[in-house]
Parts: sequence; structure tokens; C-alpha cells
Amino acid sequence: MYTQKVIDHFMNPRNKGKPREYDAVGKVGNPICGDVMYIYIKVNGNRIENIGWETMGCAAAISTSSMITELARGKTLEEAEKITKKDIADALDGLPPIKMHCSNLAADGLKKAIENYRKKVEK
Amino acid sequence: MIYMDHSATTPVDKRVLDFMLPYFGEKYGNASSLHSLGQEAKKAIEEARVKVAKVIHADPSEIYFTSGGTESNNFAIKGVSFADKDKGKHIITTKIEHDCVLNTCKWLEKRGFEVTYLDVDKHGLIDIGDLESSLREDTILVSITHANNEIGTVQDMEEIGKTVKESNAYLHTDAVQSVTKLPVDVKKMRLDMLSISSHKIFGPKGVGCLHIRKGVKLDPLAHGGGHEGGLRSGTENVSGIVGFGEAMKIGEEERPKAMPRLQKLRDKIMDNVLKIDNTWLNGHPQKRLPINANFSFKFIEGESLVLLLDAKGIEASTGSACSSKSLKPSHVLLAIGLKPEEAHGSLRLTLGKDNTEKDADYLLEVLPEVVSELRKMSPFKKDYGEFE
Ligand SMILES: Cc1ncc(COP(=O)(O)O)c(C=O)c1O
Repeated sequence: MYTQKVIDHFMNPRNKGKPREYDAVGKVGNPICGDVMYIYIKVNGNRIENIGWETMGCAAAISTSSMITELARGKTLEEAEKITKKDIADALDGLPPIKMHCSNLAADGLKKAIENYRKKVEK
Repeated sequence: MIYMDHSATTPVDKRVLDFMLPYFGEKYGNASSLHSLGQEAKKAIEEARVKVAKVIHADPSEIYFTSGGTESNNFAIKGVSFADKDKGKHIITTKIEHDCVLNTCKWLEKRGFEVTYLDVDKHGLIDIGDLESSLREDTILVSITHANNEIGTVQDMEEIGKTVKESNAYLHTDAVQSVTKLPVDVKKMRLDMLSISSHKIFGPKGVGCLHIRKGVKLDPLAHGGGHEGGLRSGTENVSGIVGFGEAMKIGEEERPKAMPRLQKLRDKIMDNVLKIDNTWLNGHPQKRLPINANFSFKFIEGESLVLLLDAKGIEASTGSACSSKSLKPSHVLLAIGLKPEEAHGSLRLTLGKDNTEKDADYLLEVLPEVVSELRKMSPFKKDYGEFE
């Protein structure tokens, strides 16, 4: 059902947990559906210096949380917000179709974190 | 590997396999043939029929072999509905039935039948008064599972039998999970029909039976050459049927020793798993299958739990949406009052005769670690909180 990459990121999740320091968080998902993701970012200048996450969810939810940290770290905010669900799924060599929309929340979570960061900076 | 998912399926018992093998080889006859090869197959099927009947205190002529639990439940419900549609179009079942019962009922609803789905209490038991008041002049069938496959709750079938006998309706039970684990007696339970599946009792997959009490009239699902008394046509699955018969015989013979041992093991698992914080038992604390334990762990999701346990060599299952094809959490857990977020974090462990004390000890070492690991990753530590 899952690719080798998904299982690898699920079994050995990268950058898990809430970072000690962060500038903004993006919260997505819904406990009723079983998947909730918090994406935390620390921004330096215009770049994502650190990124971490807390996720309750299935293997797809956890592995996409893990994967987005690898895709987004070091990127500018403009580059990072362009990361799509498909980019994450592709980086994991694919997700089961049924998991594409319900558990593939990391791109939305990151966008929301960036949005919240910009709101905070504007104030 | 430690297999604790025996309510999903079981391995074929070695003795059962040995019993079956000749029927794939030299004893390949068609039971309808007149020659001796055919008659040998016929005799084997009839011997299996006797073994199956004995376990449930039925007459061998009341056993109709099928392809398993799903077909038997479809056969019972559709068979009565079509045969008795002139007497009435009302069926009673429960909210916690297996999908093969629920989806059959939904299909009948689209064809003019009316179905009452009885509620269950927080432990998964129906209320007998509720059943009594739901029975009507035009109720043709009551179908209630003996032991639930997810939470293990065991209904009081004798009480249900007494109640239904007062009406015109037939009583069917799905005994797929209970047979060879609990005493099952079609007479004491006053049953008209009962379903069994072989692969849940250390027999082969794709075979089972429907017990139909003498005098009960059903329409067949499969029309054809008139096998199984004209009620289930199609050349018999001889090897499967003889394996099923032997599995029933062995399972029932070993029940008095095996079940108390497994229940003790299950109780030990239950007592210790419940020491984990924010964890509870689903199903009835006492009236449950001796092999079943079902827990909810708050703040985590069941698919992840099952996959991490699998990585540690423990096979179990969950009622999480992620494990289903529908993306909905288990209808059974919702029916006993769990919130969806609580149903997602459930774990079902179902024991079998190969499970040992050592298996339970290993599980009790690994499970708390895995739960804790997932909770560390979860954004929820105290409650599910507000959502923005
Ligand atoms: C209670 C119950 N009824 C029916 C079935 C279906 O049986 P089978 O797999 O033989 O079709 C199952 C098995 O999943 C079950 O647990």
C-alpha cells in the first residue's frame, strides 16, 4: 500500500516535534477526520531556517510532515509556499490515491504557517 | 511474528490441512457423480455436515454449505425477505452488525423493505425491551450477531430467542466470531438460522455454512443444478468443506481447555494496557469474547499504531478510518458512543491458540512504548482543543 520512502519517513520521521524556537505555526486538519498537523517555522531574513511539526494521523500524514521539512528547510518563503501536495507525494514516490487529499496536509500547513508569519511581521 | 488478529482470519490448523490435502489430489471427484470417485466426495461432504451440525446442536440436514460468512448472511437475509415478502416487509437488526449484514439490509431498503436498526448501549448490548417494542405484525426477520467482531460484546441470544419466538418473525444470528469460542446451541437460542465462516476457526478461507432450521423456507441466491437441497447450487468446494468440518470438530473439542487459557491471557493484557493513561476498553467488561480486547488511546491514530506494532512484529487491527475503504471510523465504535476522534485511536487484539504468555509479555513491553512515541509526535497532549 505504501512506498518504501513513505515507510522510511514514517518509521524514521525527520525533524519531528515542536522546535524550541519558532516564529509561526500553521494548524491544519481536523481531529474528527483523524488527521491533524501543526507545522512550525523559524524564519531568518526571508528564509526558513528551521521547521518542525506535530502530527496526529496515519502513516501518510506523518510521512508527509516529515518530508515537507526536507523540502522547505533553507528555502525562501516565496519558494516554500510554492510547494504543492503533488511535490510532497512525488518526493515520497507517491501516496495511495485515497490518502492524497485527507492526509496530505503538509503543504497546506506550511502555507498557513507562512501566512501567519507574514501577518505577525506586518503588525 | 506475533499474530493477534484472529478475528480477521486464522491460519489453517496443520491437522485440518492434512485432512484436506487428499481432496486436492487423488480424491478429486464431483459429489454429484454416480461413480465411486464422486461418491467418495459425497460421503466426505456428508461427514463434514455431521461434524458441523454437532457443534451447534443442529440436525445435519439443516446445514447448507456456502462460501463463508458474507454469503451466509446475505443468503439468510435476502432468502427470507424474498420468500416471505407477502407476509411482511419489516426486518430488525442492530447498528453494530458486520457490513455484510448492514449493506444487505440497505440494499433491501431500496427494494421496498423497511429496516429497524436497534441501538446498543455503551457496552454494545441491545435492550431486550427495545427489541420487543420494535417487533410488529409484519416483521419477517430479526438478525442479530451473537458476538461482535470489533468490540467482542456477546448478546444474550437465549433472551433474544425467547422474545422473537413470541412473534411471527424468524431469528437469524451471525455466529462467525462466537462458534468454537463460546457454547452455541441453536435449540437453546431458538434460532431459525445461523451463519458460520471457516477461516475464523482455523479452517480454510472461502467456505462456511448457513444453518436453516427444518421448516424455514428461504429463496436461494444461486440457482442451478440443485446442490445443497436446491438452496445453494454449484459444485461443492469439497476440500474446503471437509476442512471446515474438521476445523469445527477440533475447535469445539479444544474449546473447554483453550478458551479459559486465552481468556486469562487476554485479561492480563487488558489489566496492563489499561494502566496506560488516557486509555480505555471498548466493549463489555465481562460479556465479551474470551479472545477479544479493544482499546482506545487518546491523541493518536490507529493506522500508525498498527503499522508501528507491525514493525515490531505484532499483528493487530484498528477501527480507524484510515484502515477502512470508506474513510469513516468504525460504525461499531460510533454506535457505542465514541467520538470520531476517539474511534480513530482504537486497537483490536484478538488472540488464538498459538498465542503464549511470552507473546503477551512482549506486547506489554512494546505497546506502551509505541503509544508514547506516537503521543510525543501528536499536537494533542491534554485534549483535542479548539480548532482554527
Ligand atoms: C461477524 C462477522 N460476520 C461475517 C464476516 C464475513 O465472513 P467471511 O469473511 O467468511 O465472508 C466476518 C468476517 O469478517 C465477521 O467477523
